[in-house]
Amino acid sequence: MATSSILPNRQVPPATRLPPRSLLVLGLPICLGALLLAMLTSIAFGAAEINATTVWQAIVNFNPENTNHLIIQTLRMPRAVTAALVGAALAVAGAIMQGLTRNPLADPGLLGIEAGAAFAVVGAVFLFQINSLGTYAVFAFAGGGLTAIAVYGLGSAGHGGPTPLKLTLAGAAISALLSSLTTAIMLFNQRTLEEVRFWLVGSVAGRDFALIGQALPYLVIGLGLALVLGRQITTLNLGDDIAKGLGQSTVWIKTFSAIAVVLLAGVSVALAGPIGFVGLVIPHVVRFFVGVDYRWIVPYSMLIGGTFLVLCDVIGRVVARPSELAVGVMTALIGGPVFIALVRWKVKR
Amino acid sequence: MNSPYPWLIVRTRRPALSFKLDHRVPLMTAIALTLTLIILIWNVGTGEYPISPLNVIKTIFGLETGNGDYTFVVNTLRLPRALVAWLVGVMLALAGGIMQSLTRNALASPDITGVTAGASLGAVVLLVVFPAASVISLPAAALSGGLLVAVLIYVMAWRHGDSPIRLILVGIGLAAVLGAAQTILLLRTDIERVQRALYWLTGSVYARSWEHLAALLPWAIVLIPVALFSARHLNALNLGEEVARGLGSAVQWQRALLLLTSVGLTGAAISQVGAIGFVGLIAPHLARRLVGPAHEGSMPVAGLIGGLLVLASDFVGRTLFAPIEVPAGIIIALIGAPFFIYLLWRYRGAL
Repeated sequence: MATSSILPNRQVPPATRLPPRSLLVLGLPICLGALLLAMLTSIAFGAAEINATTVWQAIVNFNPENTNHLIIQTLRMPRAVTAALVGAALAVAGAIMQGLTRNPLADPGLLGIEAGAAFAVVGAVFLFQINSLGTYAVFAFAGGGLTAIAVYGLGSAGHGGPTPLKLTLAGAAISALLSSLTTAIMLFNQRTLEEVRFWLVGSVAGRDFALIGQALPYLVIGLGLALVLGRQITTLNLGDDIAKGLGQSTVWIKTFSAIAVVLLAGVSVALAGPIGFVGLVIPHVVRFFVGVDYRWIVPYSMLIGGTFLVLCDVIGRVVARPSELAVGVMTALIGGPVFIALVRWKVKR
Repeated sequence: MNSPYPWLIVRTRRPALSFKLDHRVPLMTAIALTLTLIILIWNVGTGEYPISPLNVIKTIFGLETGNGDYTFVVNTLRLPRALVAWLVGVMLALAGGIMQSLTRNALASPDITGVTAGASLGAVVLLVVFPAASVISLPAAALSGGLLVAVLIYVMAWRHGDSPIRLILVGIGLAAVLGAAQTILLLRTDIERVQRALYWLTGSVYARSWEHLAALLPWAIVLIPVALFSARHLNALNLGEEVARGLGSAVQWQRALLLLTSVGLTGAAISQVGAIGFVGLIAPHLARRLVGPAHEGSMPVAGLIGGLLVLASDFVGRTLFAPIEVPAGIIIALIGAPFFIYLLWRYRGAL
């Protein structure tokens, strides 16, 4: 097993025992089942008591006259689907970032996507008084995407292209700049603060199928790119020189990987606001079970990330009944301790 | 670096001292000190009640200026605030310098010890849950929160010895949990309190007085010399644990002492002014760029740059949109981040 997978620049230990291929293949449908089960649980839970039969009927045999069916179809199903999609996208984006930068601490936040999205939304609320989730999503996607391009551009300048150190520093500097501007707006404009403070926590409540439909094409392209690039990222993870020696066009692979990350993380932040920790923790958990081959890491991250976020959302609704804790809070409350346990267990140095 | 004598060797018999400095250190120190003094005097003289630089100097030294108001404006209002800003900057920069060498991570800043997360939670709990008690006990709540969390992280990261990488990672995990707790508190309170908390979380030296300076001084007097005299150990630790051990450093003890110093400096500084960020990250980088990586030179220069940064940021924030005051914590990032980006661009081939 990858004993040192959390150590910087040592993602690939010399002797790695991968689980047998048959086990890896078998694991995928099991994880898919877990995801579907989690989504069903999410749909069944809620303020209104709805029994399992009605839930099933509402999904397979929808009757618009029935209030319970309406609750399921317009409130709970979009919520579960959003959580699953966002969790999958964030986990895959995090896995690619970690492979791309060979830094186990990398996550989509490193490219400044969350800081950029937050700044764009807060700025738009301040200037244009926008107030619908759909408009937030547009600004969040644009802001996050532009910031990521700026960070990647700055981090790739100079010979040698994008090195992990340059990317990290560029991301930190640009994020700090944007965050302080965001704070300044919220300090001096109470209306904006009031308006955005719930969005800024990250939540999957109140999203509808129309919003999901707008996001879906980008998600599909991003996830598709990630699945296709798995083999190349595994090679890239051995180091630029080795990858080049093996005949890889590293520049193109890095560029396409970055595009996938921007699409996935951008759509996530557009759908659910800035949600931390999924992109950081899930790939580590996945790597622990499936080894270092990104052809397996990507699909497993997708399924386990989705399951994790759906469950976080369910738990957030259960622990604080009758109100709820936003999923952005829950990922940190649950993911934080898991991460610490993982570190204590695995980082031997 | 093409000078034939790149190093200045300092050797004295009594007290028995021996160290070498990069040849750029004296010049850079002099420049930083001069700039600091100029900005200090300019800052103290500027405001709703302008005072000429000469009169500022006279007032500070207690000489007769022929205007009784000057003493109040300078000595009671503006000078303590400026000194608090400067000292906080020095302390945060040194704390950041220590952390970057200790963890050998260019992105390390005092925050990663968890002090900031703990202090923030302490302050937010007080501001949200006990708003009546907040003015007097805010620094105490922040300081105790910060120190407690730092210790907790050290204990949680301990496993057959300490390890910088485990410290960073456990710090990230715990900071996330504390951040979530803070968010929950802030989501469940009214907007006025949220804004007050946000103000603290940004960091500002607004209306700081001699009392605040007095609260900072004991920490500064003890810990700043420790930080500066640890240069030799930082040099060794920066080469990696094995090398440091080979060079005769008692690695674990050195590291614990340095960590404690960094935590103390950060905790004391932000307990008085709020969670000012970015200084601890950027000042050491600037210092290394200016005088090279040897800590005998880069640590004092980092301290001076940090002090200069916060002092200047407060000055800009106070005067740019007067009478509205922009908190120093925002200005630092607005000035510091573009400068950092420029440095990245300028040295893009070297990283």
